[in-house]
Amino acid sequence: MKASKSSATAELPLLKKSSKRAKILANWELYLFMLPALLYFLIFHYFPMYGIQIAFKNFVPSMGVTGSPWVGFDHFERFFNSYYFWDLLWNTFSISFYELAIGFPLPIILALAFNEIRSGKFKKTVQTVTYAPHFISVVVMAGMIITFLSPSNGMIVMLIEALGFNAPQFLTDPAWFKTMYVLSGVWQSTGWGTIIYLAALSGVDPQLHEAAIVDGASRFKRVLHINLPTILPTITIMLILNMGNILTVGYEKILLLQNSLNLEASDVISTYVYRAGLVDAQYSFSTAVGLFNSVINVILLVLVNWIARRTSSNSLW
Amino acid sequence: MVKSMQESKGDKMFLLGTYVYLCMALVVVLYPLIYILSASISSPQAVNSGQMWLFPKDITWAGYELVFNNPKIWNGYLNTIIYTVVGTLLNLAVTLPAAYALSRSDFVGRNWFMGFILLTMFFSGGLVPTYLVVKNLGLIDTMGALILPVAASVWNIVVARTFFQSTIPKELQEAAHIDGCTNIKLFWKIVLPLSAPIIAVMALFYGVGHWNSYFSSLIYLNSESKYPLQMVLRQILVLQEMSAEMNGAGVSGEVAQAMNSKAETASLIKYGVIVVSTLPIIAVYPFLQRYFVQGVMIGSVKG
Repeated sequence: MKASKSSATAELPLLKKSSKRAKILANWELYLFMLPALLYFLIFHYFPMYGIQIAFKNFVPSMGVTGSPWVGFDHFERFFNSYYFWDLLWNTFSISFYELAIGFPLPIILALAFNEIRSGKFKKTVQTVTYAPHFISVVVMAGMIITFLSPSNGMIVMLIEALGFNAPQFLTDPAWFKTMYVLSGVWQSTGWGTIIYLAALSGVDPQLHEAAIVDGASRFKRVLHINLPTILPTITIMLILNMGNILTVGYEKILLLQNSLNLEASDVISTYVYRAGLVDAQYSFSTAVGLFNSVINVILLVLVNWIARRTSSNSLW
Repeated sequence: MVKSMQESKGDKMFLLGTYVYLCMALVVVLYPLIYILSASISSPQAVNSGQMWLFPKDITWAGYELVFNNPKIWNGYLNTIIYTVVGTLLNLAVTLPAAYALSRSDFVGRNWFMGFILLTMFFSGGLVPTYLVVKNLGLIDTMGALILPVAASVWNIVVARTFFQSTIPKELQEAAHIDGCTNIKLFWKIVLPLSAPIIAVMALFYGVGHWNSYFSSLIYLNSESKYPLQMVLRQILVLQEMSAEMNGAGVSGEVAQAMNSKAETASLIKYGVIVVSTLPIIAVYPFLQRYFVQGVMIGSVKG
């Protein structure tokens, strides 16, 4: 997010100005290159931002976004005072933190383990296999979960029963929803998540290891005191990015796994936005709920970034 | 030699533990995949009774016959291929020129453009306002609704820009300009031929995204004939399964028995469609793995 300063700063102001104009003229085609992307972001990202105003209006399709009457914070009040507000907030936060607590450290541990063993067939195989689930679509993933946890003949249910335990009703019991969601996510994305840390680990200075070996440091100690500190900046950045998305749970998967029986544990803000907005067509209300979600996300991102900048030298900006 | 002599007992144990851990990771990830593959060609009785637990048992191709004879699946497959090809081409046409322009240090205003694009990564209009824009553009129930709203991704633009910055030497561009080469010619004749890896990475990232997406079809498409494969899969894997589980609880006796055989065929189809829909990607991916990994790594340099 930083960019190099233009090289013209050292020149005289007058020269700078004319050279800037010359540069713009000489590179006019580059603006043409930018045009499709700018149009895209303008239409599909900035127009919707303009449309957020319907969160403070009573949107009537025939009057359009601009013409609909203002109602102030009515929709927000209705949402904050509704009986499901705290449930939605709790589900969203608890699923996110659960996911973060389990799903964030695992790729780091796996990457450190990969880094310890010599490159060869075994390492390559494990890497290829653990990366593979990343490419499975959410629909197939949900289908796999439903099939494997089916009470009558699901593979995992049969496995649990073969071990002599009583398998719970994973798919319909609200108590199991979050675990099911988080663990299937771990299965799908832990391997892929190692790539970024492996890239960071390739930057470890071998001299540090040599020196530590001479000093008699064990392998474990070297991982702990050399490898881990080297990738700490990457870990911090990843954590900040994750925190900024704390209210953006994987609603596409949740929507597929949701049913009327587990709704009390599975309904999160984003699935509620979908249901209220596009299924029940409460456009303004749903936009207000979505805006609340985005605002919290931005606040969290800024906050975590601020903390990271205060406590370490790593931050997004 | 020296190193191995210094490996203490503790170090050996630690290394052994690492191997055990990696083997466990391998088994946990691989087992469900093998199970699905085996279950798709085993008799449903063997699968449902738990006799088939690793290798196929009582091999039958009935599941695949059902899958391939299902016109809905074929239609979905065809739609998905069209959406993926057209969508990815559009993605490349939008992403690559923009990323190249943004990589040029002599491009006046590039920081401003970059900020314009990056802001959308942190703040968005949300579901309903985006839906309304798509609706007002008259895109509902058209292919445009599936490819235009995802014509570019901020992350991929940043990755491609980083690639251009680090691989296209400035001297090359200056030499080309001295020879009277225009920027369009420079990009088309010199930069793009040098950028095969990033084109592959971008095509793969975008392509997989199109292949796997279902949510935009869920909200923007009405006619079933336009459904991509993932929507058909959703009907087969998610919707029917759920209703079968719930119906199954309330019925008994003969009805349940009849339903059982129906459920058996259904489960056979399920494993079949999972394989058929996922295989193209999983089979190709090991050969392209280095490109994917490269893509993530270029991105991480930035982060």
